[in-house]
Amino acid sequence: MLTAFGNFVLFIRSMLSRSERFKVLWARTIDEAMLIGVDSIFIVSIVSAFIGAVTCVQIAYNMSNPLIPKSTIGFMVREMTILELAPTITCIVLAGKVGSSIAGGLGTMKITEQVAALEVMGINATSYLVLPRILAAVIMFPLLVIMAMVLGILGGYLAGTLTNVMGAQDYIEGIRTDFVPYNIVFALIKAVVFAFLISAISSFKGFNTRGGALEVGAASTGAVTASIIAILIADFVLAAVLL
Amino acid sequence: MIEVSNIQKSFDGQQVLKGISCVFETGKCNLLLGGSGTGKSVLLQCIVGLMKPDIGSITFDGTVYTNSKIDIRQEIRRKIGMLFQGSALFDSMTVAQNVEFPLQMLTPDMTPADRRDRVAFCLKRVGLENAGNKMPSEISGGMKKRVGIARAIAPNCTYLFCDEPNSGLDPATSIKIDQLIHEITHEYGITTVVVTHDMNSVIEIGEHIIFLHQGKKLWDGTKDDILNVEVPELKEFIFSSSLVRAAKKVDDESVGGMAAITDDAAHGANI
Repeated sequence: MLTAFGNFVLFIRSMLSRSERFKVLWARTIDEAMLIGVDSIFIVSIVSAFIGAVTCVQIAYNMSNPLIPKSTIGFMVREMTILELAPTITCIVLAGKVGSSIAGGLGTMKITEQVAALEVMGINATSYLVLPRILAAVIMFPLLVIMAMVLGILGGYLAGTLTNVMGAQDYIEGIRTDFVPYNIVFALIKAVVFAFLISAISSFKGFNTRGGALEVGAASTGAVTASIIAILIADFVLAAVLL
Repeated sequence: MIEVSNIQKSFDGQQVLKGISCVFETGKCNLLLGGSGTGKSVLLQCIVGLMKPDIGSITFDGTVYTNSKIDIRQEIRRKIGMLFQGSALFDSMTVAQNVEFPLQMLTPDMTPADRRDRVAFCLKRVGLENAGNKMPSEISGGMKKRVGIARAIAPNCTYLFCDEPNSGLDPATSIKIDQLIHEITHEYGITTVVVTHDMNSVIEIGEHIIFLHQGKKLWDGTKDDILNVEVPELKEFIFSSSLVRAAKKVDDESVGGMAAITDDAAHGANI
């Protein structure tokens, strides 16, 4: 475990040494941002909208007490979505989609000697291949999380009003009650930390693939598992430290 | 010229290279010959810098490569072109983009028009002038090797390394790839090192041959000498090839031997 962590630190250090020219790095980052960010919009939209909808319906089911105002449902959907569901669940979904893609892609490049080809050309393969992926994830994940927040709250609104568990006025009143802007900042900090963890861990797993196609699959699975565990630990640490 | 001096390399306590010293001559096709598991590829990876030897030094035209500063190592690496066993073409790029890639990365001062001209020249040189827009998945194994060669020579490499360039190819295509490597070596006066266990390649392009066995260099010389060596391991290795047995038989009958076989191969004879 300690050896793996030490190797991970060395991996990050080698990525930061001998970086490529800014122009090359920027072009690669934009390419990766398209793959990591734009290609994930659909899955993030579906997941966040339905989670917001389910959250609203389930809170309504558990709050049938007439003494509690209906607007509380909207308030709780907003708080849960912004603080936990949008950043954490979105990033767990992205750990599956983006993490496995990064680990699989780099693992395949490793076993087919494409990484060695870069090294022989005098290019720092870690910097060329990994740094743009991490930068792209750190830029795109917060944007996806903001989108997930909006769609989650919108999903709750649609579910609440379409199933008649509450009125539109109550929901809107609820989501406007006691709003704390810092919660948005906190969610975005979480998104940045999770983005780094997913992209760096998945790249590390992919880069250390040895063998053949079977090992590439194992690297992808390992990357997703390790990323999700890292997300959950970081989620707890950040909540304890920043809230 | 590349000088390798007392290279040793171990993995998990098992010594794979046991103090190899040899010289790869400039302007020649130098062959690293040996059976599977004799350390040829490990030695090649030590020379190109993909692995660090435990002991020993490697010198490129008088400049020490091993344990030198990163700037010096980078400078030497930029003069190295390599053809990998599986070609190692970048899947996400077209053939032309693969060839252009080292130019983009290593020669930032080159204009896009100059780069395109150079790519067109390199692709034409390897006979693939019409394949620039294809993806690596759309071309054959032999074509991939040609693209690998074009990518290696694109930035005007001084040293060309080929790791088993004939693996997975049919005999006719193998001969064509060997001939291409030989022509390019002499056309540009570069130092070429080819790792192979294929006796056809020895006959086709071997100008300086280094034979490895169990991590040691047992013999080096020319292809003209190889049939008359007295090293048992090398004799056993080379006479396991039916082609060499045929050559030896012809030689014994004084009709030209290895030279006759080479001529036949050069003219595309069905071996």
